[in-house]
Parts: sequence; C-alpha cells; structure tokens
Amino acid sequence: MENAESKMNFKYILQFLGKFKAGIGLLALVIVMSFLSDRFLSLPNMLNIFRQVSIMGIMAVGMTMVILSQGIDLSVGSLLALSGAVTAGFMAGDGNMVLAILAGLAVGTGLGLFNGLMISKANLPDFIVTLAMMSIARGLVLVYTGGRPISGFDPAFRIIGGGRVGMVPIPVIIFAVILVIGYLVLNKTTFGRYIYAVGGNKQAARLAGINTDSIKIKVYAISGFLAAVSGIILTSRLNSAQPTAGVAYELDVIAMVVLGGTSLTGGKGSVGGTLIGALIIGVLNNSLNLLGVASFYQEVAKGLVILVAVLLDSLQHRD
Amino acid sequence: MKKLVALVVVMSFMLVAGFAGTAEAYDVGLAISTLDNPFFVDLADGAEEAAEELGVNLTVVDAGDDAATQMSSVEDLVIQGMDLIAINPVDGDAIVPAIEEADMMGIPIITVDRGAATDVAVHIASDNVEGGRMAAEYMAEMLNNQGRVIELEGIPGTSAARERGEGFNEVMDEIEGIEIIARQPADFNRAQGMSVMEDLLEAHENIDAVFAHNDEMALGAIEAIDAAGLSDEIMVVGFDAVADALTAIEEGTLAATIAQQPKEMGRLAVEMAVQLLDGEEVDEFVPVPLELITQ
Repeated sequence: MENAESKMNFKYILQFLGKFKAGIGLLALVIVMSFLSDRFLSLPNMLNIFRQVSIMGIMAVGMTMVILSQGIDLSVGSLLALSGAVTAGFMAGDGNMVLAILAGLAVGTGLGLFNGLMISKANLPDFIVTLAMMSIARGLVLVYTGGRPISGFDPAFRIIGGGRVGMVPIPVIIFAVILVIGYLVLNKTTFGRYIYAVGGNKQAARLAGINTDSIKIKVYAISGFLAAVSGIILTSRLNSAQPTAGVAYELDVIAMVVLGGTSLTGGKGSVGGTLIGALIIGVLNNSLNLLGVASFYQEVAKGLVILVAVLLDSLQHRD
Repeated sequence: MKKLVALVVVMSFMLVAGFAGTAEAYDVGLAISTLDNPFFVDLADGAEEAAEELGVNLTVVDAGDDAATQMSSVEDLVIQGMDLIAINPVDGDAIVPAIEEADMMGIPIITVDRGAATDVAVHIASDNVEGGRMAAEYMAEMLNNQGRVIELEGIPGTSAARERGEGFNEVMDEIEGIEIIARQPADFNRAQGMSVMEDLLEAHENIDAVFAHNDEMALGAIEAIDAAGLSDEIMVVGFDAVADALTAIEEGTLAATIAQQPKEMGRLAVEMAVQLLDGEEVDEFVPVPLELITQ
C-alpha cells in the first residue's frame, strides 16, 4: 500500500517536473553558474546572453511553427547567409540601405515559399526539400560573394545589430517583438490554430476543411523570412557578410525548439518553450566560455544536454 | 533526479577543463580562428606553453572558422574581465565590432597571424620580408653568386607577395653575378605556376633558378621544368612549407622552402601580452622569425 502511494507521489512529481522541465533546467543552470562565476549574473552578461541568442532565437520562432506543423526546415542557416549577402551586395553597390534590406528579406521569403510549394504541391518530404535548399542557397552565397566576405557599408547600417536603446541591444528588441508576434499568431489567430491542427493530424485537418497546403506554404515562407531577418542582423553585427555565415545553425535552432518542449512529431509545443530552449543554449555557450572550458568539450557538453532533454521527453511520454 | 544527472554531466565538463585562477596572475584570452587546422593548433600550443612558464591564466576559445562565433566568444572574454585578449581573426573586417567593444572596456588587443581592419596594441605575424631574404641568401649561396633567376610572384597587391618579393630582391640586387631575368605573377596557384613557367621556359634559355612566392607555384613550376627535361639544371625555392612541398624536398625536386613557426607565434603572443600588461614599451608590429627548410 505504502509503496503504491509513494509511487503515485513520485509520478505526480515526475509529471510536474516534466511539464516545466525546460524552465527548471534553465533555472538550475543559472543557479549553478551564478556560484561558479561571479560575472555570470551581472547585468552586462545577461544582456550579452540575450543578444547572443537573439539571432538564432528569431529563426527558432519560425522553426517552432514549422515543427508544430510536423515539418522541419534545414535550410535556415543557408538562407540566413544568402539574405545577408544579398543585402550586403546591394548596399555595397547601390548604397540604398532600405532597398538592400528589402531585397534580402525578399530572397529569404521567396526561397522559403519555394520550400513550402515543393513540400505541399509537389508532395515531397520536408527533410529532403529543405536539405536540397540548404545546399542550393549555400552554393548561391558562394557564387554571389565569390567566396569572399562583403564589407564596407553605410555606418547607419551597424545600428541594426550593434545599436542599443538605453541598455538594451536592438537585436534583443527585434527578437522580443518577433516572439510576441509569434505567440499571438499561434494562440490568437485561426491560422495559428490550423498550424497545430495540421501538425496534430494532417488527415483530420484536411477532412475538417483546412487548406493544409496553404498552411504549409505560409509556415515555410515565415521561416525563410525570419532567417532573412537574422541574416541582416548578423551582417550588421559583424559589419560584413560572411560566405560561411550560419553553417550548422539549423542544428542549434532545432535544438532550441526541441529543448523548449516542442514535439518533433508535430502539434505540441509553444513559442514560450522555444524562448526557454534558446536561453538554455545561450547560457550553456556563454557559461562554458566564462568557465574557460576547452572548445572541444563544449561541443560534447551541448550535445549531451540535448540528448538528455530528448531522453527525458520520450520517457515522460512513455508513462 | 534526471534533471540532476543532466546537470552533473555538464558540470563535470565545466570542472574538468579548468577554473583555476590566482588573484595576481594576468588573465589573458586567446581567440583562435579554428582548431581544425594544425597550424593554429600549434599556435595555441605555443601560447599555452608560454602561459605556463610565465604564470599567465590563459583561456583559449575556438571559433571553428565562423566569424559570428568568434565575435560572441570575444564578447564573453570581455565580460569575463580579461586583462588582455589576443585574437587570431577569422575575418579582419568582421572582428572590428568585437575589438571596439573590448576597447570600450579598456582591454588591450593583440592580433596574431592575421590582422584586423582597425588599430590594435600589437600585431604579431610572420616576417615575410625576412623570409624573402632567407630564400635569396640560400639561392645565392647555392649558385655561387652567379646565375640567371626567375621570380614567380603571388597575387599582385597582397601583403605576402609584396613582402616576400621585397626581401628577395633586396638581397639579389646587391649581388652582381645574379640577374633576375623575369618576374611574372602566377597568383599563388599551382596550375598558374605551371603554365607561366612553361611560357618562361620558351622565352628564356640558361635559367639557373626559380624563386616562387609560395609552394603551390613552385610545385607547378617544377612540373613544367620536369616536362621540359631541365630538372637537373634549374633549382626551385618555394615558401610556406606545405605538406606537398616537404615531400618534394625529400624527393629532391624542390631545393628549399621557408617555414612559418606557428608555435613561436603563439609564444610571442603571450610574451607580448605580459610585457604590455607590465607597462613595458612594445612595438606595434612584432615579426615572427621563419625557418629555412632544405634536404
């Protein structure tokens, strides 16, 4: 009897932990770090972490929608690089900053749209289409830049990535705005509910009269658009467009979404979770640097954290 | 419980890798472009050895050849309160905002191997001019100060091409018996080196030696010389000591090459850091000596 009761309690605790595990994990990481490094909890470092995660975090908002609709977008890193390079190229040539930014956004959104069309209309697997786009867009970056960084812009352009309002870096403000919009879209609009429906059960969604193709296309276009936003911020921060920018970013971005509790099988998850996932990755990167952990171990540590998180998730769902 | 396991794993990694610090020692950060390349691994090793000797707390961060990663890790080093940061930039333009941030916090910067497009306290790099001189001196000695020489130049306008040529010609100009009969750019490229050399073999006779601004061009020239059946008559000297060149030296087709010393470069970075922090005068450019490699 007693044994069964304690088992019950244990299960409740597990469920509670399970529900908030990303948040608890982040909190634990922060507490431990604050003991290990006296610099960690300083305001400059907190802002530093938020600024560092904002570029990938913005892409993670788009990736959350993609994964909620039971898709995956492997092309975001390459789209980031291409959009950044196009923006840089337009600015270096013509000099009109607004036009250059619009061109960059158009390229990212357009290729994202193309991803969505191939996936929905041609009925090809998400994984393959975006994998192909990852390669195509990266190739186009190298063609466009000739393999060399593009630099030398209007000093005003640096404000986007390097400026601050009061103490708050502008990329963090952009990230916050996009998070709020993402939250509202997913929770307060029909489109948002349809994303969950398509990811939960595509067949049922279609039978219920939802235009699943249109949802997929829009979701991938949004993901491409947000990759372009990140690409422009990154180009501004570095004050140059790098042909190798964003290589392997898709992995960190997907990790942020999954750490935030969004299910890779679609239909379950939230943008709020993704914010926590992004912060876990950000705090991890930052603290491993603050502690002077050798870079090779950093990769291992990051991979292990992701593995443990997914393992916990799967154990919880098995119960 | 499971959360704890995750934490313990992360923590053990954190603790394994350091976190040893004394109050008086200097904290120096070293941001390396990539540790996937043996050249930069040697550079980091050299810096770590010097740090141990001089009692410096050295924190090495690796950017994996990504400019954005490098910027973030330099920011982390700034926050960490380093006394000085040495940077081996992924890209000389992209690193500028990070250097400016360090500047605002009053942290001096040293650049290593590659420069940055802004002012820094010290720049440490190989002394290409001296390398050009070493190649010329070796060649002159081998030719007994008598001979007709061809110079294969690197990409026009690059610092490596300019400086290597400058040192080489400085020495050769002083030697009366040696005549530079042709100077042609072959863009640091092996295929170009071969085709340019083919043309020069048609145009000139009695060539005694070729100096190429890098090994790639030298190896290309060797192909052309070999095809013309002149291997025994023309000596070739390259620059950089790449793996193929070292093999060619062993086989006797390449006479000599000039090697950079990345370990020395890393050691100098830490030594200069200590001198700067001690308040000593340090030159803005610190050349790293090169090494002549022959059979």
